[in-house]
Amino acid sequence: MTEKVLMKGNEAIAEAALRSGCLHYFGYPITPQTELTAYMAKRLPKMEGGVFLQAESEISAINMVYGVASTGKRVMTSSSSPGVSLKQEGISYIAGSDLPAVIVNVQRGGPGLGGIQPSQSDYFQATKGGGHGDYHLIVLTPSSVQEMADLTSLAFDLADKYRCPAMLLADGTMGQMMEPVALPEPHMGTVEKPWAVTGTQMKRKHNVVNSLYLQPEVLEKTNFERFERYRQIEENEVRYESYLMDDAEYCIVAFGIAARVAKNAITMMRKDGLKVGLIRPITVWPFPKKAIREAADKVKGFVSVELSMGQMIEDVRLAEECRRPVVLCNRAGGMIPGVDQIIAVTKDLVSSVEGGAR
Amino acid sequence: MTTQILIAGFGGQGILFSGKLLAYKALAEGKELSWLPSYGPEMRGGTASCSVTISDEPVGSPIIDHPDVLIVMNLPSLDKYESTVKPGGMIFVDSTLVTRKVSRADVKAFYIPSTKMAQDMGMPTLANIVLLGKVLKECPAISRSYLEEALKKVVSAKHPELYDYNLKAIDAGYGA
Amino acid sequence: MAIVFQKPASLTDKELHYCPGCPHGIIHRLVAQAIDALGIEGKTIGVAPVGCAVMAYDYFSCDMVEAAHGRAPAVATGLKRSLPENVIFTYQGDGDLASIGMAETVHAATRNENITIIFVNNAIYGMTGGQMAPTSLPGQVTQTSPYGRDVRTQGYPIRVCELLSALDAPYYIERVAVNNVKNVNAAKKAIEKAFRNQIEGKGFSLIEVVSACPTNWGMTPQKALQWVEDKMIPYYPLGVFKDRGAEAKEAN
Repeated sequence: MTEKVLMKGNEAIAEAALRSGCLHYFGYPITPQTELTAYMAKRLPKMEGGVFLQAESEISAINMVYGVASTGKRVMTSSSSPGVSLKQEGISYIAGSDLPAVIVNVQRGGPGLGGIQPSQSDYFQATKGGGHGDYHLIVLTPSSVQEMADLTSLAFDLADKYRCPAMLLADGTMGQMMEPVALPEPHMGTVEKPWAVTGTQMKRKHNVVNSLYLQPEVLEKTNFERFERYRQIEENEVRYESYLMDDAEYCIVAFGIAARVAKNAITMMRKDGLKVGLIRPITVWPFPKKAIREAADKVKGFVSVELSMGQMIEDVRLAEECRRPVVLCNRAGGMIPGVDQIIAVTKDLVSSVEGGAR
Repeated sequence: MTTQILIAGFGGQGILFSGKLLAYKALAEGKELSWLPSYGPEMRGGTASCSVTISDEPVGSPIIDHPDVLIVMNLPSLDKYESTVKPGGMIFVDSTLVTRKVSRADVKAFYIPSTKMAQDMGMPTLANIVLLGKVLKECPAISRSYLEEALKKVVSAKHPELYDYNLKAIDAGYGA
Repeated sequence: MAIVFQKPASLTDKELHYCPGCPHGIIHRLVAQAIDALGIEGKTIGVAPVGCAVMAYDYFSCDMVEAAHGRAPAVATGLKRSLPENVIFTYQGDGDLASIGMAETVHAATRNENITIIFVNNAIYGMTGGQMAPTSLPGQVTQTSPYGRDVRTQGYPIRVCELLSALDAPYYIERVAVNNVKNVNAAKKAIEKAFRNQIEGKGFSLIEVVSACPTNWGMTPQKALQWVEDKMIPYYPLGVFKDRGAEAKEAN
C-alpha cells in the first residue's frame, strides 16, 4: 500500500490531477479553493510540458480549458460558486463540442457574493444544466480527502471515455480539511482522440471543434447522439455508498460533508435502537435512482440532509416515486446541519410515520 | 477510541499550527484523523479555530460539536466553547491571556501562563506550543510519542532552527 | 493557358455565405494566402468568432475551433499553450474583440501570447442585423443608435490598435484596410508578417483590418468603400502602431 500523506482536500485534487496526466491548469483565485490554484502554480512550471496560467477571469480560464481540451490533452480548472457561475457559458460550449475536461467547484454559500463557508447549494446548477442547452456533466461528490484525490482521477477517465465535461462538486470543508490520503498511482489517459485539433499535417481532412449547427435537424441529431451517451453513463457510471441499509427502516440521503455528519448521527440513533441507514450518492449525476427506488421498497421514510434550501431532495422524491415521506434536514448560507439536528428531524419523521409509537 | 480536540484563539496565535502538529503526530502513529480549520478573510486577528479528530476507526464527521479536549488562547474562545465540552472532558487555558477560570465542575481544567512563559524564553510566537506541551502531558489520549516525527513534518525546511525552539517550548509546557 | 490567379490552397471549396460586396471574402483570402506562402497549413489551427465570420471554420482547410463570443483569444491561448509548435490564429470582428471580448484581448496582448489575431473592424454588428459596435463612429446611425451614436450617452469608439499599443508587451500591432488595391496589397504583407512573427516566436501580433458592411450600412459596395476612405480611415488611421522588432533595431 502506498504511504499516506496529510493533505488539504484542495491540494489532494491538484496532486491527483497531476498524477492523472493533467499538465494544463487555468484558474482564478477565489476562497475556499485557492490552495488548489496555488498548488498548481507551484508544481506545473517545474513539470515538463506543464502549463499554469492565472487567467484574467473565470470566463477566460474556462475558455482556455476549452482550447486545450480541443487539442485532446487533459486539462482542468477550479473555482468556487460565484466563479463557477461565470464558467457556465464555457461549460455549455465544452459539452456542446463533446470535449472532455474537468471542472472543480469547491462550493460556498450563495446566492450572489454569498459567503465563503461551505455549501451544497450549487447542486441544481451542477446536475440540471447550469449553462444553456440540453446537456449534463458527470458530477462526482467527494466525502473525504481520499475521495477528493480518487474522484479526480476518475473524473479525467470518465470525461475522456464519454467525451463530456466532468465536475467535482465539493464544498469548503472538503477543500480546507486535512486527512491522510493515499495518492493514486500516476496514470495517463489511454483513450484515442482522433477528433482533436492538432494540425492536419496535410494528412487528413481538417478537424473542427464546434457546437454551432444552424440546421435544426442536424442540431437535434447531435443532441440525440449526446443523450445516447448520457444513457450509457446512467447505465454504467452510477456510484454510491450504501451504509447500514440492510436492516434500515429509515434512510438518510446525503453526500459530501453532510454524509459525514449523517454517519455520526446514525451511529448515535442506532445506539437508541433506531434502525437508520445511509445512501450516499457519489455521483449526483447520474443520480443513484435505482438504489433509492429499491430502498423505498423497504424503508418507511427518507431524510435528505443538505447544505442548501433543499435541492437534492427533488431527485430523491423523483427516484422513490412518491411512495414514502421524504423530509428535509438542512442548513444554508454556509452553515452545516449538526448531529443533533439530524437526529431530531429523523425522530420527527419516525413519530409522524408511526404515530408517536416510539 | 475517538478523541475530538478543539483549539481556539486569535488569528496569528498559531492555532492551526498546533492542530497540524497533533494531526501529523496522529498520522505518524498510524491513526485515523481529520484536521478542519476555520477559514475567513482575516489573516491576522479575528478568531481562529481548528478541529482535530483522532481515532482508531475512520473518522465520521470532521466537525466537532462537543470536544473531549478544548484548548483556548483567548477569552472569547473560552466564553464560546466552554459549555460545549463533553462532561469529563478537559480544558487547557492560556492563563496569561484568559483571566477568568473555567466555571464548570464536570470538566478538568488546566491553567498555563503559556504566553508569558514563551515570552520569558524569548520565543513569544510559541505560546501555542508551550500550551500544547501541557496537553501532551495531561491528556492520556494524546501522548508525547511520535512528537519529533511530527515536528519535522510541520516545521518549515527553510528554518530548521525552529525545530529546536518548538521542542524547547513543548518541554517547557510539559514540565509546567 | 497560364494560370495567373487561383484560390489559395488553404481555403476549402465551400461557398462563402457573406453578402455581395462584403470584404470578408478578401480578408479570408489574404489570411489563406499567408498560410500558403509560409507553408503552414498542416500545423495551423484557426479560431472562429461569433459574428459574421462564425462559419469561418468551414472555409479554412486547416484545423478549426469555434469559440464563444469574445473568447477567441482565451481559446487561442489554450491551444497555443498546449501546442506551442503549431500556428494559432483568431479571426474576430469588432463586437467580438473590442466589446464582449475586450478583457480576453487585452490580457492576451499583455501576456504577449504568441498568437496571431486578425481583427476585422467594420463599425457595426453585421450578423445580428446592424447594431452599434464599439467601433461605430460618432453620429453613426445603426439599429441601436437610430438617432446616430451619441457620444454623451453611448460613448466614443474604441481605437483598438492605439489602446493595445499603450501596453509594453505586444510584439506587433498594425492597422490596414481593404478598400482599394493598394491597401489590399499592404494588408496582405501585414497579415503575412503577423504569421511570420508567430513562427519566429516573437509573440502577440494583431492586424486590424478596416472593413465595410454595405448591407448594414445601407450602401452599395462602391459607396461603402468610399465611406471607408472618407469616414473610417480618418478616424482609424492606417499604419504600424507597435513593432518591437523595429524598436529593438533602432535601439541598436
